[in-house]
Amino acid sequence: MWRPCGVFDATYEKDMAIVRTSRHWIALIVSLVIFFFIPLYGSYYIVSFINTLAITIIAVLGLQIVSGYCGQISFGQAAFMALGGYTSAVLTQKFGLSFWVAMPLAGIFTGLYGLIGGAPSMRIKGFYLAIATIAIHFVTLWLLLHLEITGKSVGLTVDSPQIGSFVFDTDERMFYIIMPIMILMTYAARNLVRTRVGRAFVAVRDNDLAAQVMGINLYYYKLLAFFVSCFYAGIAGSLYAHLTMVCHPEQFTLLHALWYIGMLIVGGLGSIPGVFFGVVFIRVMDEIVLIASPYLADWFPWLGMAPAAGLGLTAFGVVLAVFLIKEPRGLAHRWEILKASSRLYPFAY
Amino acid sequence: MNTSNSAADKILEVKSLNLSFGGLKALDDLDFQVMGRELLAIIGPNGAGKTSLLNCINGFYRPQSGTIQFHGKAIHPLQPHTIAKLGVSRTFQNIELYTGLNVLENLMAARHIHMKRGAFLGSIFFGPARREEIRHREVVEDIIDFLELEPVRKQVVGTLSYGVRKRVELGRALAMDPRLLLLDEPMAGMNLEEKEDMARFILDVAELRKIPMIIVEHDMDVIMDIADRAVVLDFGSKIAEGSPAEVVENSRVIQAYLGEEDEFETSSQ
Repeated sequence: MWRPCGVFDATYEKDMAIVRTSRHWIALIVSLVIFFFIPLYGSYYIVSFINTLAITIIAVLGLQIVSGYCGQISFGQAAFMALGGYTSAVLTQKFGLSFWVAMPLAGIFTGLYGLIGGAPSMRIKGFYLAIATIAIHFVTLWLLLHLEITGKSVGLTVDSPQIGSFVFDTDERMFYIIMPIMILMTYAARNLVRTRVGRAFVAVRDNDLAAQVMGINLYYYKLLAFFVSCFYAGIAGSLYAHLTMVCHPEQFTLLHALWYIGMLIVGGLGSIPGVFFGVVFIRVMDEIVLIASPYLADWFPWLGMAPAAGLGLTAFGVVLAVFLIKEPRGLAHRWEILKASSRLYPFAY
Repeated sequence: MNTSNSAADKILEVKSLNLSFGGLKALDDLDFQVMGRELLAIIGPNGAGKTSLLNCINGFYRPQSGTIQFHGKAIHPLQPHTIAKLGVSRTFQNIELYTGLNVLENLMAARHIHMKRGAFLGSIFFGPARREEIRHREVVEDIIDFLELEPVRKQVVGTLSYGVRKRVELGRALAMDPRLLLLDEPMAGMNLEEKEDMARFILDVAELRKIPMIIVEHDMDVIMDIADRAVVLDFGSKIAEGSPAEVVENSRVIQAYLGEEDEFETSSQ
């Protein structure tokens, strides 16, 4: 998989490459091909699970950029997703635009709205900014609940996307919209964070004093991070609305935003693979808990209805606490250690 | 690289600068100049206002009155990042690196003002953004080579030793291609060998890159050896200026550093 020691890159292109060897390429292409055949042999359950997983990954990628890379902790991601979903729904249902136009527009509109969310970052940071983004969350959801155009508390119903007469009305069909978009967004995020803008984000996160002295306009880059992050949230929200075919404030609560932050912590802040680790870990855990909780209720009747209702959140809290204490850099860091040690095997260093 | 400074150019001109924090006067009616290519040392006892002066030059502090002109342009109402774009770079007394990035990325991040590709082309990567990365990578590799940082190129700076981090910080300041370099105690906390290395690098920068420098330092031996000229501060005002050999002979400087020998003598001044 990897190169034997003593092989060096001769050009900067090769040194910068992410996919480094021909075996890497083969592994990448083969796994992508296998992946795209999942709807053909996977069950409905698996496919719909992967769909929500992928949408969550898009949203958390955005959160990774603003919180993990730029260091501005945001609890507004669920609200931004809601806005993206609603924008897409309104554009398709009320203005008759096609999904293919509405989705990018929803992304851009949410991105612009995110500038409002990022505006307080000029004066406040850290903890206080996080609180401010909670305020943004509630204001946004209040607006969605009370505006005429967003259907008030009833919400909106959304049509499935279509190309010509082909309607993407099942989860298996939506899979082929969601997956390429997720891959594209991952590609873009990975490249963004390793070029000029990404380095500026990290500079703002790691040392805002030095960043200024090095010519980085702090406020501009914080706002840019919020824009990019909310663009991701908007796209994720739009996909989610068109997947579930309904848009309702109940789908995007503050709890969702907390789950996203938790996924980041478990996966590892400041790492794109970490997003995948975090989302998959937490979602799979949640799913296992969901399956296990009826049995637990059977075995331990004295627990009453508690396992079914509260076990998911309890497990989430425990996992989060364990990660914060034992591995604050997340699964991505563990993954790096594993890669490094397997590269050196059988030697210790 | 900008080598156009002739020796007679006025790089930086500070005129009657006043900075106070409440009742405390940090800088008191300070005047000095940096002439082309010179290595100007600013020395003085603790709390003399040396770092405050640097903070004024790069825009962290707003002086209450006075002007700072860089290449004939008034810079003190500007934002720090705008001043950086004009070509003022600096290092810090307590190392201020981007701890999560490796050495290479730290230096690349300093190329920020010279790079142009934004978020969109950056996220596509292949094409313009990659060409730009490679172009600037070459500049950065030159600096890595110059500062002998090759072995740690891809190490995260948080894991490096103090002396090496100091060197990385100098490298980051150099990567900006500055027209004026401010060094805030580049040798603080180093042993003799590391100091000698650092002095050699600073002299090489002056010699090869011809960047005018302001160096704030406590170590008089170092200043004597490498500075062209020294300005001595005490309680925010300039008490002496001249070649390092001259200022250490100056009685007011000796007083400021060693205390007053005789109360009556000084009060009659």
